[in-house]
Amino acid sequence: MLTIHREIIEAIVAHARRDHPDEACGVVAGPVGSDAPLRHIPMENAERSTTFYRFDSTEQLRVWREMDDRDEEPVVIYHSHTATEPFPSRTDVSYAGEPNAHYLLVSTRDEHTAEIRSFRIVDGQVSEEPVQLVDESMDPMRSYQKSGDPHAVQSFMFGQSPAAVDYECQH
Amino acid sequence: MAIDVRIPTILRSYTGGAKAVSGSGDSLADLLTNLDGSYPGLRARLITPEGGLHRFVNIYVNDEDVRFLGSLDAKVNDGDTVTILPAVAGGAFGLAAAAAVLGR
Repeated sequence: MLTIHREIIEAIVAHARRDHPDEACGVVAGPVGSDAPLRHIPMENAERSTTFYRFDSTEQLRVWREMDDRDEEPVVIYHSHTATEPFPSRTDVSYAGEPNAHYLLVSTRDEHTAEIRSFRIVDGQVSEEPVQLVDESMDPMRSYQKSGDPHAVQSFMFGQSPAAVDYECQH
Repeated sequence: MAIDVRIPTILRSYTGGAKAVSGSGDSLADLLTNLDGSYPGLRARLITPEGGLHRFVNIYVNDEDVRFLGSLDAKVNDGDTVTILPAVAGGAFGLAAAAAVLGR
């Protein structure tokens, strides 16, 4: 299961909306071994494409070194699909090179509702997992859990303005 | 002196779990051949059967992506740090179509 703060998901969705119709991509770093995604790092899509993304290799080296220096790892690697469902494509699976990461996909195909789904991709095998959103208030009663059933509809409503989310401060 | 090589998580099964190993060589190709002697199988994860650098990995000599340094012909020297990272890429497009469009 991916457990992640609602504010970070909102920031990821805001990034995907901003870059739409191009695919957006990035990382959420967390302490090594914690499985806790805490630091959102939006990345450049070096391809600037509606159907493909690639981290800029120089930016990636900088970000990966910074994580190493802080004893962090990429807990979440995310990207958006802008016209199709948020499910890993064959391309996504063939490139998946971080066996410990949660691969989060966001679809911005609907203008009003963003869909997010999370996957583990290990040795070419894709398995979907539930996503639990946690509020910063730490009130467990306000967390939401969705089923991990791969056939379940996992859609989260993000109709509100993301204006309060200042994800560009991460740079 | 030797060349310090940083190994990503996904390839540490070849290095007994080590995050960093040492190797030697005058070029990246030599270095990878040298490393494969100590860590059999590692080279094949980085170089395609056709002899090119695999598109699923990024390799850096110090701060520079080797694709800007002549790829496998990139020069390496004692004291350099070579970093291997998984390329992070993908997208909604099929792989074959993407490869054709991107010329890779």
